[in-house]
Amino acid sequence: MKILYGMQQPDEGTITVGGEQVTFTNPGDAIARGIGMVHQHFMLADNLTVLENVVLGAEKLYGIGGKARTKIREISDAYGLGVRPDVLVEELGVADRQRVEILKVLYRGAKTLILDEPTAVLVPQEVDALFDNLRELKAEGLTVIFISHKLGEVLSVADEITVIRRGTTVGTVEPRGTTPKQLAELMVGSELPTPETAESTVTDVPLLEVAGLHLAQTDLEGIERIILDQISFTIHKGEVLGIAGVEGNGQSELVEAIMGMRRPDTGTVTLDGADISATPTRDRREAGIGYIPEDRHRHGLLLEAPLWENRILGHVSERPNSRGPLLDIKAARADTERIVRAYDVRTPGIDVTAASLSGGNQQKLIVGREMSHDPKLLIAAHPTRGVDVGAQAAIWDYIREARREGLAVLLISADLDELIGLSDTLRVMYRGRLVADADPATITPEELGSAMTGAATGHLEHTEDDER
Amino acid sequence: MKKLTSRIDKERLLLGIAAPVLAVVAALVVTALVILATGKNPGAAFSDMTTYGFASDSQVYILNKATTYYLAGVAVAIGFRMNLFNIGVDGQYRLAAFVAAVLGGALAVPGWIAIPLVIIAAMVTGALWAAIAGVLKVTRGVSEVISTIMLNSIATAIIAYLLQPGKLARLEQGGTVVSTKPLPSSSYFFTIDAGPAGELWGFIVIAVLVGIAYWFVLGRTRFGFDLRTVGQSESAASASGVSVKKMIATSMVISGAVAGLIGMPTLLNDSHAFSNDFPTGIGFTGIAIALLGRNNPVGIALGALLWGFLERTTNHLEFQGYDKEILGVIQGVIVLCVVIAYEVVGRYGLKRQQQKVGAELAAQAAAATKKQEVA
Repeated sequence: MKILYGMQQPDEGTITVGGEQVTFTNPGDAIARGIGMVHQHFMLADNLTVLENVVLGAEKLYGIGGKARTKIREISDAYGLGVRPDVLVEELGVADRQRVEILKVLYRGAKTLILDEPTAVLVPQEVDALFDNLRELKAEGLTVIFISHKLGEVLSVADEITVIRRGTTVGTVEPRGTTPKQLAELMVGSELPTPETAESTVTDVPLLEVAGLHLAQTDLEGIERIILDQISFTIHKGEVLGIAGVEGNGQSELVEAIMGMRRPDTGTVTLDGADISATPTRDRREAGIGYIPEDRHRHGLLLEAPLWENRILGHVSERPNSRGPLLDIKAARADTERIVRAYDVRTPGIDVTAASLSGGNQQKLIVGREMSHDPKLLIAAHPTRGVDVGAQAAIWDYIREARREGLAVLLISADLDELIGLSDTLRVMYRGRLVADADPATITPEELGSAMTGAATGHLEHTEDDER
Repeated sequence: MKKLTSRIDKERLLLGIAAPVLAVVAALVVTALVILATGKNPGAAFSDMTTYGFASDSQVYILNKATTYYLAGVAVAIGFRMNLFNIGVDGQYRLAAFVAAVLGGALAVPGWIAIPLVIIAAMVTGALWAAIAGVLKVTRGVSEVISTIMLNSIATAIIAYLLQPGKLARLEQGGTVVSTKPLPSSSYFFTIDAGPAGELWGFIVIAVLVGIAYWFVLGRTRFGFDLRTVGQSESAASASGVSVKKMIATSMVISGAVAGLIGMPTLLNDSHAFSNDFPTGIGFTGIAIALLGRNNPVGIALGALLWGFLERTTNHLEFQGYDKEILGVIQGVIVLCVVIAYEVVGRYGLKRQQQKVGAELAAQAAAATKKQEVA
């Protein structure tokens, strides 16, 4: 996709747009040819209005004033995007921001839209709305390239599906007459993995108890925002507690509070009977917390360091990585070899940098590292985000195995199927509070989704009416 | 698989050397053009530099200079490994040398007590001066670049105030030089007699020890790993349990302590007093040398030697009728080229490695499917 958008040059091969062979050396070339990209992570300035964000960098097209505003309204109406040009972006929700991104691309005259994992941050209801927008665009004669690893979505929205695995096209199919299972088999090259867990292993021994966590932050304008509001829960040995929620509702801060990277204003964290509320991060890790961070590039890896140094990261004070104050490089390297083998990290060796591995293999290395220090509690934040289906299945297996061995697992995810499939208990987080709980055995993603937008609270019961 | 690993390693080494070599070659080309532009013969200049630079008295001079430069390079490199830009090395070493010189001049104890005391005083002074910037950074978020630049000026002012006749200094040499009270000869550091070539400063031994300690602490200890982790990614470091703020303050202090040593070869082996002609600006030289040496203990040594060589030989060129500004041109171009070359070579290396990993994995996958087909 980066090649198609001019961010990277291909070694060989050609791109043909509208019957004409082209080469892109930068995104500007791609835009000039009518190719626009909506990135997975939005590229919007929060403190500017929608209008300002849209014209930013494209001032030459329609100016920055009334003409641009008219144009934005025109595009918005033509495709049913419902974008209001004079609202500040920071006041918009995720779905609205995404529509602004799409509008930005259309404003620049794109005839081909690339959407990179557009649904990862949306709740099911918003996904449906997005699909309606996409159908509108299609009806107006635009081309949409929709990248996703969610099979159901691809099948429902696409006219033609191309499956890419490890950098090669493995097949192109028609969505009509293809089942999700067939498609998944194309993707993995074998049987479809599901995130189902076997019989319950939940014990009644509490391992992690979080009580009354409260965190408020004062932003630049002096307005106090409550980020965590009276969060309390208990995870038992052998239990997976899943937390559902649209991103940015306090999940990251909750994890950081449990890890000791952020001090909550009030509240206690108890691990295996010991109060660790005031313990530094390193001691918490030594006490047996394994951590799969939501952003592995920022929190889980040293990208420019070799794999064996990444194996030491976070566990420098523990064997086999060190003896006393000295590093034990030989033992650390040997153990890295073991992790690479045991967790099927696809790499030519342990001296390559972490950056040269694919996302899935980086994640498997992290999981292997965290599981190698006999954790009692595993915090897994979006453990399968941005990893291929094969690695995803493997990571699910490791989490299941951890649960079988009596670990307590805190699972935070935006993938509702993953949450429902792996969790023993489900809680929904909305604006810093745990607003609802649900039984993963009966709940549907749609029902969870309504709680994630704050529409439903309390104990979510699966009702037959919801089934359409 | 093993073969590939070693190949990547060898390549990395080759790429590591390629950048500075490329930079030096580019600098020579640019210098040649500059000399040509002044209407002189660059070939003759270079051959003069080589013959003069490798004469035995030049070698001693270069090693002595390089001792000072090496310490400066290491002091800066400690900051660099942390992603800290300690521009204040300059002020730290001058203030440290001044305090040490005053103390050394006042001490009336045997050399084996006085010399360690003088060195420790210098390190503590450098560390404290650097700690100001470190504390400001972790408590108030003040950029260390700004605070250390200002601390350099303050150090200059403090020294200028105290280095006056009647305060901590006195007039020497018929009233042209203001200097602290000289160290007693018992407090001189040992030198190695190199015959007619001159005397090699004994402080080179300390410089080598500092280099070994730098390598060992950074590469072989938990503390060094934590320090490098913070330098590579603060977010990953804090998630891994390193207290980033504590680490910033600590490494600033260590950088300052090593900076305190920079003035010691000159003070203990050469001038034996701090005067108003004590060498200045070595902290900035250290930045160039740390860049050139890629923060690597051996690399910094080579950089320091190159710097000493250039200084020695271009000084001589002046007597041959060339412009003395050639030195500045060569040094400037080298630093510029080094920064560019590292970036280019680094990107190339990473891309190449990624391609290699991809190719290797594709080959593995192909082999696996073939095996399956056979079975």
